Amino acid sequence: MALRVLRRILVLVASLAVSSVVVFAFMAVLPGDPARVALGVNASPAAVAELRQQFGLDQPLAQQYLQWIGGLLRFDLGQSYVSQAQIAPQIADRLQVTLWLVITATILAIVMAVPMGTIMALRHRQLSGLALSAISQIGVAVPAFLAGILLITVFAVRLGWLPANGWTPPAQDPRMFVRQLVLPVLSLGLVQAAVLTRYVRSAVLDVLREDYLRTARAKGLRPLPALWRHGLRNAAVPVVTVLALQLATLLIGAVVVERVFVIPGLGSLLLDSVSNRDLIVVQDVVMILVLAVLLVNFLVDLLYLVIDPRMRDVR
Amino acid sequence: MTTPLGVEGGVALAQTAPVLDVRGLGVQVRELALVHDVDLRIGEGERVGLIGESGSGKSLTAFAIMGLLPEGLRASGSVRLAGVGFDLVGADERGLSRVRGRDIAMVFQEPMTALNPTMRVGDQVAEAMLVHRTRPDRRSAARAAVELLAQVRLPDPADAARAYPHQLSGGQRQRVVVAIALANDPALLVCDEPTTALDVTVQALLLDLVVRGVQARDAALLFITHDLAVVATTCERVLVMYGGRVVEAGSVQDVFTRPRHRYTEGLLAASDLDAVDHRGRLATIAGSVPSAGRFPAGCVFRNRCPHATAECASVPQWSGPSRAVGFACFHPAPLGAGPQDAA
Amino acid sequence: MSRPESPGYQPPTSEVPVGRGARRAVNPSLVVGAVIVGAVIAIALLSFVWMPHDPTLVDASKRLLPPGGDYWLGTDKFGRDVFSQILMGSRTTLFVGVVAVGVAAVIGVPLGILAAMAPRWFGEPLMRGNDLVLAFPALLLAIMFSAVYGGSTLVAMIAIGVASIPSFARLIRSGALQVMDTEYVMAARAAGRGPFAIAVHHVLPNVSSLVIVQASVSFAIAVLAEAALSFLGYGTPPPTPSWGRMLQESQELLWSAPRLAIVPAVAIAVAVLGFNLLGDGLRDYLDPKLEDRR
Repeated sequence: MALRVLRRILVLVASLAVSSVVVFAFMAVLPGDPARVALGVNASPAAVAELRQQFGLDQPLAQQYLQWIGGLLRFDLGQSYVSQAQIAPQIADRLQVTLWLVITATILAIVMAVPMGTIMALRHRQLSGLALSAISQIGVAVPAFLAGILLITVFAVRLGWLPANGWTPPAQDPRMFVRQLVLPVLSLGLVQAAVLTRYVRSAVLDVLREDYLRTARAKGLRPLPALWRHGLRNAAVPVVTVLALQLATLLIGAVVVERVFVIPGLGSLLLDSVSNRDLIVVQDVVMILVLAVLLVNFLVDLLYLVIDPRMRDVR
Repeated sequence: MTTPLGVEGGVALAQTAPVLDVRGLGVQVRELALVHDVDLRIGEGERVGLIGESGSGKSLTAFAIMGLLPEGLRASGSVRLAGVGFDLVGADERGLSRVRGRDIAMVFQEPMTALNPTMRVGDQVAEAMLVHRTRPDRRSAARAAVELLAQVRLPDPADAARAYPHQLSGGQRQRVVVAIALANDPALLVCDEPTTALDVTVQALLLDLVVRGVQARDAALLFITHDLAVVATTCERVLVMYGGRVVEAGSVQDVFTRPRHRYTEGLLAASDLDAVDHRGRLATIAGSVPSAGRFPAGCVFRNRCPHATAECASVPQWSGPSRAVGFACFHPAPLGAGPQDAA
Repeated sequence: MSRPESPGYQPPTSEVPVGRGARRAVNPSLVVGAVIVGAVIAIALLSFVWMPHDPTLVDASKRLLPPGGDYWLGTDKFGRDVFSQILMGSRTTLFVGVVAVGVAAVIGVPLGILAAMAPRWFGEPLMRGNDLVLAFPALLLAIMFSAVYGGSTLVAMIAIGVASIPSFARLIRSGALQVMDTEYVMAARAAGRGPFAIAVHHVLPNVSSLVIVQASVSFAIAVLAEAALSFLGYGTPPPTPSWGRMLQESQELLWSAPRLAIVPAVAIAVAVLGFNLLGDGLRDYLDPKLEDRR
């Protein structure tokens, strides 16, 4: 088991190394010069040269990469080409906002999807189960940003119950924070719940067919307690897998949803940096997003070991 | 139909009320009947075999008795257990769950998948007792579980209790399933082909465990198998099923030495490795078991039976003193003759 | 013993297996999905021969007209006909989807077959790399491409296509691995057929149903990604109508004219629903054992 964990750590490190090269290379092949791009076409050659020197853009690519990655390891993400500000504190601020969205949306999705998917599985031959199935199918077809716009139209414009957009830090005004959080979290969470519900349904359907569930009932457990005690943990493996796979979608969904609700998160930073052609910030934000996805996949792999004892003895 | 008690046809029926009393049991999926009119009584401590090829409806009969039929299948008729005040057929889950695992327990065919892979073996045994509160608390249930694992002769029962199913062999897992089934000293143990998936060498040990287990508890046993030798070593009485119907019943001795129904006759001939025809080929029953719903009307065996006539297009009556002894065949094998080469 | 009229000894006739084809029930997902996808294609084709108005015609005198009369779904803030824009936008949606899925399939399918047929030392790292690309969702990749090359329909299509490669490769690899295990492939190998011939004659035809299913699912993702990109301003540049940009332009008018947001929103959702349902339906239709048939 220790060997397995060690292997997995090695895979994580290797994946991070490869993806950092990919992200860096992607930005390095950019036609044109980041310094000129940042300063605009009218900048004097002297100013461009100065900026290039300041950010080490005149050095060989390999050295630039090592400097960037070395900085990353020390939580130093460098300086913005455009505003010259330190990037790390900025990203930390924005990340906090995005994490609020993503984590609450994930919790909402799980809380909704597990009971709904289970009911759908238990009633998969009945009209109520099929109706829920159809609803979830529609939910899957609505992207988060679209849900956001529709939610604004209904709850902010028509009913006026909640603010249409904006962001207030929780420490500043907790009430306002919650009110502004509701709609973006709903738009991310509902869509996520719809996707997850379908996987919970099929996982529970699979478990319901398992022989050990019949054994549990032969012991005298009623169907629901049997499912709860014996099915839940076994159904968790595929569901957790999907949750991890969905994280990438959720993060990118948050990028667009932040735009819809004018929320100063990581996504807004990414999009603003793209418009400003502030490529070092783009590079950093993309790397942080990739890091988050790989890290969660790693944690999920460890979670498998906790959930399923069979995995502990593999290899 | 009244139950004739006493000694009949070499079968001694218990004088007291039977532990299990099944009357007119049927299993249907939508309009299609998979099991017809099964009558079965088992007395205290009695061991009864139910044999037939796969597809004969014997496992469905067992599941119907347990109230564990797969979704979409319905049971009809009546299933009564001694000491249980209601009919198990048509009973609600609340009532059934109180009976299952306490009064009636079951050992399944597939030991590899019958245990929860994410739960320790000891906990799975202890759970059987905790569900029915036959042990006051977790600790005593855990102790009892180790005790039961020792009874089914798992080496190092305390260690085994802490193991997960994948760490045990198939035979060991099946012994755990037996331990779960015997945990609450049930009045009736139903075994559905418990040795089919096991190595031959492990089979004998498991059979011995099952027989000792029920004998020690004075429990009745319903043993389902397609293996005639297994029935011969474990059971006193036997019922032969084919096409969802009981076609012959009686003492193991009678049925195996003087089969009357032509299907039983064929089955015995096919299992006899010494019996060969004039060309030196082993005996077989012609054709194969039809899939559900494709059995012929009338006698279900007539499309494979060498003795079938036009008469067999109607359902043969049961001939015999009771449903525990007799057969349903228009052209029974003559009495006194040994098993004949059916093919 | 045996009488002449005896029906015994007949070969069993009841064991004729029910053909897989006979059991293939056309499921509701397939029907609804096919109808929706068919409708989207029909609308796109219709837009080539007929549109009520020029979808790009700006007319300040006809700004924000309500639905009805000459303008079935009203006009937007520039006085353009919303209905015509939806018609025209379906072309963009399908065009981006076809190219993106084409890119993904043309690269992903051979990659998957290669990973399945190649020796372990080559196939394993290939799939590891493939999984790594999965960490980059289509939209993130598209935003990165846009940051480098600027937003355009072409960039969007390629980015979405590249991001869809891994899911193709992964699925096709697992399908191809199964085919490689079959006896006819072993027979072909024993007969000295080369790997390329086996890939083309045996593996590819047998994974084609997987390709079709994945294409439909990827198409739905492409439609979503295109809409999101256009919404963010990195997709199809004006004046070409696109459902995603219609949404973006409607955002400031949510209070006065919410229908401008709702109409393209419904169009996007229905198209995605159609491709998702079609994918699900095809999966059940082509491989019945996967879905619940009990």
